[in-house]
Amino acid sequence: MTTTTSTVESTIASRRQQGGGALIGYLPVGFPTLSESIDAAVALVAGGVDILELGLPYSDPVMDGPVIQAATQQALANGFRLRHGIEAVAAITAQVDAPVLVMTYWNPIVQYGVDRFADDLHSAGGAGLITPDLIPDDAAAWFAASDRTGLDRVFLAAPSSSDARLAQAVQASRGFVYAVSTMGITGARSDVDSAARVLIDRLRAVGSTSACVGLGISTPSQVREILGYADGAIVGSALVKALAEGGLPLLAVLARDLAAGARDIRPAV
Amino acid sequence: MSLKAEAGPYFGDFGGRFVPESLVAALDELTNEYALARSDPAFAAELMELHRTYTGRPSIITEVPRFAAHAGGARVILKREDLNHTGSHKINNVLGQALLTKRIGKTRVIAETGAGQHGVATATAAALFGLDCVVYMGEVDTERQALNVARMRLLGAEVVPVTTGSRTLKDAINDAMRDWVTNVENTNYIFGTVAGPHPFPAMVRDFQKIIGEEARQQVLDLTGRLPDAVTACVGGGSNAMGIFHAFLDDADVALYGYEAGGDGAETLRHAATITKGRPGILHGARSFLLQDEDGQTVESHSISAGLDYPGVGPEHSWLASIGRATYLPITDAEAMNALRLLSRTEGIIPAIESAHALAGTLDLGKRLGPDSTILVNLSGRGDKDMETAGRYFDLLDKGAAQL
Repeated sequence: MTTTTSTVESTIASRRQQGGGALIGYLPVGFPTLSESIDAAVALVAGGVDILELGLPYSDPVMDGPVIQAATQQALANGFRLRHGIEAVAAITAQVDAPVLVMTYWNPIVQYGVDRFADDLHSAGGAGLITPDLIPDDAAAWFAASDRTGLDRVFLAAPSSSDARLAQAVQASRGFVYAVSTMGITGARSDVDSAARVLIDRLRAVGSTSACVGLGISTPSQVREILGYADGAIVGSALVKALAEGGLPLLAVLARDLAAGARDIRPAV
Repeated sequence: MSLKAEAGPYFGDFGGRFVPESLVAALDELTNEYALARSDPAFAAELMELHRTYTGRPSIITEVPRFAAHAGGARVILKREDLNHTGSHKINNVLGQALLTKRIGKTRVIAETGAGQHGVATATAAALFGLDCVVYMGEVDTERQALNVARMRLLGAEVVPVTTGSRTLKDAINDAMRDWVTNVENTNYIFGTVAGPHPFPAMVRDFQKIIGEEARQQVLDLTGRLPDAVTACVGGGSNAMGIFHAFLDDADVALYGYEAGGDGAETLRHAATITKGRPGILHGARSFLLQDEDGQTVESHSISAGLDYPGVGPEHSWLASIGRATYLPITDAEAMNALRLLSRTEGIIPAIESAHALAGTLDLGKRLGPDSTILVNLSGRGDKDMETAGRYFDLLDKGAAQL
């Protein structure tokens, strides 16, 4: 990993030193409405989420399961525009200090303009991008734009990735490497795959010092289990479901419970 | 450099692998196994034997003078992919990928389908090779192609109606990719067209290029020279790449791809991706794409389910960008008129998809004149389209409609 002043990376490291790990919370921009999605993101941080992952709704989200598909389709039907993503980042970073990453499929960024998006995201106070359908092999334009602006770039690592590809993901990423817990798409699962632990071990072996696990994580006990070996745990569909079914009050309760699972796992350093 | 030598991952600026990392290992495996299979004479021999004894290859060519009288008197020759087993060119690719699946040792195949032709072909190959088969099909398409759904189920495949997004081909591909990400360990994705991430565009093209290789020689044998133009319909573009490829380095042979113009390319209801789209990324590749300002995919419209797709294969985008092939829109009405014309003048009922190529040929023949020869890829037969055609031309009486 390149030397960096990444606030995402320092936030994760600081949580590790305090004896726990980072809790990363996903919500889509524009769901149920733009202003409510901003309030929901702020509520996540108030509840104890360390890093925000804001999803940009996209017409063809191949990595997403039914819960996130339904939410992002509703956001699109309500008139979501890419500039709303930038506006949301600015509105959230004006209210909270937690770093804000944007999760987006690649075509919207290409159409907005990779450099223009990087500049606007940086100006809005955003920390970087998580790119589920962009692999380092095809990411030359994003490498250039993120190096120029200092934005984090989070690439994915999968249980099926070869050691060489894991090393590439670690080298290419800044902030953290997104370790996909299981072969599949987003959505809560009762058991988080043992594949996640093996994957984190393999990422450590190729030099990762900041690796977070996502996909299928929905409960405080799963967060606690994962932070026993990983640097961060990413929760998405469970938060979206809580927001959809119980609004801000239920979302805040879940965020607090998940955050409790992320603390005091081992003695502080 | 020979245009025929292009093998991906990029064709000019188009192509690539814009996929989740989880799929990269499977795409690498497919790329490597395909490279080995390509250089293995036993693989080629097994595929050719299947084509001879199962598909019915080589498919014939048919000269159609009564139809050609409406095309400015140009000589019109059809490449009869409609006579293949399962009724279209799709079987050429599916048998190749099914053999590859066996070689890799996977036991389950998945596929997407629009009109149902690729789904039927995949279900057929799965039955032949004893593979489990799941076909994803947009709910809208399961309704307009109900007969093909029944065919797939009869062949033992599970058909999953896709209810997300526009409920057509693009959403079927999304769900097939989600299935593949989840079940990649035992599952191979038999992709139906020359789109998608590498190696699919080059691999599907290679399995389809037999169309042009046969037809090029057949036309030479019949007429003593190469055709002046080769025409095909273009949705994702597999039948078009299949017939174009053998002619790519024949600079004097013009190549025409006809896209689905729907209500008209100037309206919002069409699937004329190269005519009206601009470069973007969908389903793993950079290519022309129907999209809004934000890069959200726009829904396409065509009377033909097989052409109703907002993307197109990257090799076509490249051929368009370098001017080697020309892509033009054909409206629903023009295609349906050509379908009726071929039926009545030659006794051949084409698929609505292929009728787009016929409609384009009618216009092209008038421009090229009576001394010209045009080779048309008749990519599929129209049996599956009888309900659509029956309604369109008001051919179904009340008794028949109630069957």
